[in-house]
Amino acid sequence: MNTLTQTPEPGYTGYVAQEHHHDYAGDSLLGFWIYIMSDCILFATLFATYAVLSTGFAGGLTPKDLFDLEFVAVETALLLFSSFTFGMAMLGAQSKNMTQLLLWLSITFALGGGFLVMECYEFYHFSNEGAGPTTSAYWSAFYGLVGTHGLHVLAGMLWMIVLVVHLLRDGITETNHTRLACLSMFWHFLDVIWICVFSMVYLMGVM
Amino acid sequence: MGNNAQSHGGAAHGTVKEYIVGLILSIVLTAIPFAVVMNGGVSSGLTLVLILLCAIAQVFVQLVFFLHMNTSSEQIWNTTSAVFIVLIVAIVVLGSIWIMQHLNHNMLMGH
Repeated sequence: MNTLTQTPEPGYTGYVAQEHHHDYAGDSLLGFWIYIMSDCILFATLFATYAVLSTGFAGGLTPKDLFDLEFVAVETALLLFSSFTFGMAMLGAQSKNMTQLLLWLSITFALGGGFLVMECYEFYHFSNEGAGPTTSAYWSAFYGLVGTHGLHVLAGMLWMIVLVVHLLRDGITETNHTRLACLSMFWHFLDVIWICVFSMVYLMGVM
Repeated sequence: MGNNAQSHGGAAHGTVKEYIVGLILSIVLTAIPFAVVMNGGVSSGLTLVLILLCAIAQVFVQLVFFLHMNTSSEQIWNTTSAVFIVLIVAIVVLGSIWIMQHLNHNMLMGH
């Protein structure tokens, strides 16, 4: 009797080792993580540019003239708390509690919005004071770095809106949970980048 | 964190306690450098070291408590890729600063 031609048991796929219920979501999350890592390189080049041009004021305004640390502390607090509230939203999704999820997600959205409004006001204020993106090498690097972070926050907020539409339409499904987990990684990542921004740009800028 | 805290391969879930501890540590590590710079009185060299140490510590706090990074088998590829990116970022940032400083020195800029 030839064992090789034996009929396999029902349900046998030949990939016993890979048979795992949540494998697909894990692949998506690892893939998104790799994207975030590539985004790190984007920010690394902007930080390197900023560091190299950090003394190129062309005789114009310096960060010491303009930076207001109390203002930056509030911006930092908004982003830090939004990272925490997104964590709370994830716990809501984990326990399949739609009310908790939407409530914490809205708070996160509001905190992110508050951060963006403050940043836009800051850019407007600096430009009016005579430090626009074209003023000197330093200010070009400043707007490039801080502005790119701001655009990421804006992208995260737009993503949140799209995700809430999906959640209201389909509920907390497996797919939506994966999307939410990706956005959560993205949002925490933006907070990590902001730590580097306030340390390197604002705190070292006024020293 | 036990295995039951992970339902998706590569994505660990936190607990309320974990997020609160992460938040408190982040607030402390943010408040220290802000307070030092705003109040002054500390030498600029020491201030620089404090800012850098607090920033690095807070990045680790967020990676561990908010992004739940660890060395479990489900997370090992996330962690490995992150370590690799830290190397690349260090080369890009420190390398650029190093090269441009030497360039400025050799071109007699700022002297």
